[in-house]
Amino acid sequence: MITTKPGRYGEFGGQYLPETLMPAVAELEAAWLDARADAEFQDELARVLRDWVGRPTPLTDAPRLARAVGLARVLLKREDLAHTGAHKINSAVGQALLARRMGKHRVVAETGAGQHGVASAAACALLGLECVVYMGTVDARRQKANVFRMKLLGAEVREVDAGSRTLKDAVNEAIRDWVTNVRTTYYLLGSAIGPHPYPAMVRDFQAVIGREAREQMLAMLGALPDVVVACVGGGSNAIGIFSAFLDDPAVKLIGVEAGGEGIASGKHAASIVGGSVGVLHGSRTLVLQDDAGQIRETHSVSAGLDYPGVGPEHAALARSGRVRYVARTDRQALDAFALLSRSEGIIPALEPAHAIAELSAIGGDGPAQTVLVCLSGRGDKDLEIVMGEGLVR
Amino acid sequence: MTVGAALSGTQRIARAFARARETKRLAIVVYLTVGYPDRAATGALVRAALDGGADVLELGVPFSDPLADGATVQRASEVALHQGVTLADCIAEASTVVRERDATVLLMGYTNPFLRYRGGLRGFAPDAAQAGAAGIIVPDLPAEEAAEFDVALDPEGLARIDLYAPTTPDDRLSRLVPSARGFVYCVSLTGITGARRALGPDVADFVGRVRRHTSLPIAVGFGISNAEHVASLRGIADAVVVGSAALDTVSAAPADRRPEALHGFVSALVAAGKT
Repeated sequence: MITTKPGRYGEFGGQYLPETLMPAVAELEAAWLDARADAEFQDELARVLRDWVGRPTPLTDAPRLARAVGLARVLLKREDLAHTGAHKINSAVGQALLARRMGKHRVVAETGAGQHGVASAAACALLGLECVVYMGTVDARRQKANVFRMKLLGAEVREVDAGSRTLKDAVNEAIRDWVTNVRTTYYLLGSAIGPHPYPAMVRDFQAVIGREAREQMLAMLGALPDVVVACVGGGSNAIGIFSAFLDDPAVKLIGVEAGGEGIASGKHAASIVGGSVGVLHGSRTLVLQDDAGQIRETHSVSAGLDYPGVGPEHAALARSGRVRYVARTDRQALDAFALLSRSEGIIPALEPAHAIAELSAIGGDGPAQTVLVCLSGRGDKDLEIVMGEGLVR
Repeated sequence: MTVGAALSGTQRIARAFARARETKRLAIVVYLTVGYPDRAATGALVRAALDGGADVLELGVPFSDPLADGATVQRASEVALHQGVTLADCIAEASTVVRERDATVLLMGYTNPFLRYRGGLRGFAPDAAQAGAAGIIVPDLPAEEAAEFDVALDPEGLARIDLYAPTTPDDRLSRLVPSARGFVYCVSLTGITGARRALGPDVADFVGRVRRHTSLPIAVGFGISNAEHVASLRGIADAVVVGSAALDTVSAAPADRRPEALHGFVSALVAAGKT
């Protein structure tokens, strides 16, 4: 981990928050570090991850996909098979356990694609916590099934009709709720973004992806992968899988951002590839902004990547060059969505379809490589969106 | 006026609070989002607030993601951004009102537009000082992150006004309040900006906790909506900040009566602050 002082990743990170919340993030950091060192908490988390989430998730060999993209071997870390259909549950259940431990009975969360909202709603149902999920009206419309899932799980879904009406605005509203109800409420942030300790804590809860994948790689192949690739919106699945390989310089790490209609079009959500240094949602990081420092509206076919910032550790990893960040367009992601469905019988979420879309380019660097992909979620939620995209003949 | 122009920002703030104290009343700080309801209206509204007796003006710098603000300021910011209002425009607005009225003007806005100003904070500070601004208030900039701001603002005599909240514990107050400049801004409630029916019950206790650590004037803001609220803060605070309720007053008035409506609203607050 690149850190200068707690919560800082080189020039990135920090706690750019209203004063009202400063005691809350200090309390949260203390509670998290305490829980982290507590064997009882860790045992309970491990038990819930095993018996309820269904971990470890499998590592699946994908030979037909590998052939199609010109690679020796592609292995898929199957977070799509985790309970509620995405990696989001790993952090949601960890933080919900932490909320209960802190004596907070009310949880607020934000969601883009709805996967984090569903994961939060499920974790709160499991632990008997009240759950309020903020979701932009644009996202709620394109992810109707997840809105219903959240409600079915007992959560209250509050639609946010402000700004771009997507994930960014849902985060604003969740923070406003947290400021107002901070004494009783836990903010269950879904990505490795936001003020310290969230980026470090979410990474910690998502590191299980990387730990398992590394062990599974060694057991299956007796070797580490040549390349690890993951999609990056805020970057929680990516930091989770990368964390196990950061100290292996021979392993190339690639983060794939949402290129939307192309970087040149300006209609994208690639905060690292197309952004600059700024402060958003409590953190100094790379953001999409105009010359006056206003945060720009983003575009991606994938609601989960449709966010104008990125976790501060990713910004630092981009700056140091340890991870290479690229962008794939909506079209490339949709083609990859169809490719994985047909070649391996796995319908991915549109978010990791961006990672799948990078494989041909990696294959172009040399066919002998073994590539590990974080398949961060499954595609059921996206069927309505892709139906109009001409993927079925 | 020439005397005023030579004053630093911190001195301007001290002068404004001293004048209110000498006339035995609470200082009234009025917040207006620059560019709301439209660019052309801001000048007249600012003058109306001053004519109504406002001691200090906060010119709101619009931001796309105002996470400490309630619906009123959110909407005003959206309207202002729609018209392309930038921090540079807000500095120009400050310059005009300082030149015309020798007013005490603070710029209130979020961290990112300040960082992105031409030349960064080291470009911003001299421009703001040149315009005669007294300082800035940044609601998403806690003391821990403020060093780069202070390094740029201090040499220009600009004050960065700290906000403290009812949730701020005593040990944090004792560590941070002594380095406050200008005045200390106490957030009256645990929450975001926006007019409220009633003030929080623990405002007096909270202001008392803060006053133990400073001899600077104390302003109370967030949720202050009307003359009754102002009157109830006599003997507790030295100043009140009114933002959303001022914008609501502007919004509710017919387009050609907005300055008059704001003038009347501010005059009533000033009268209510007299002891």
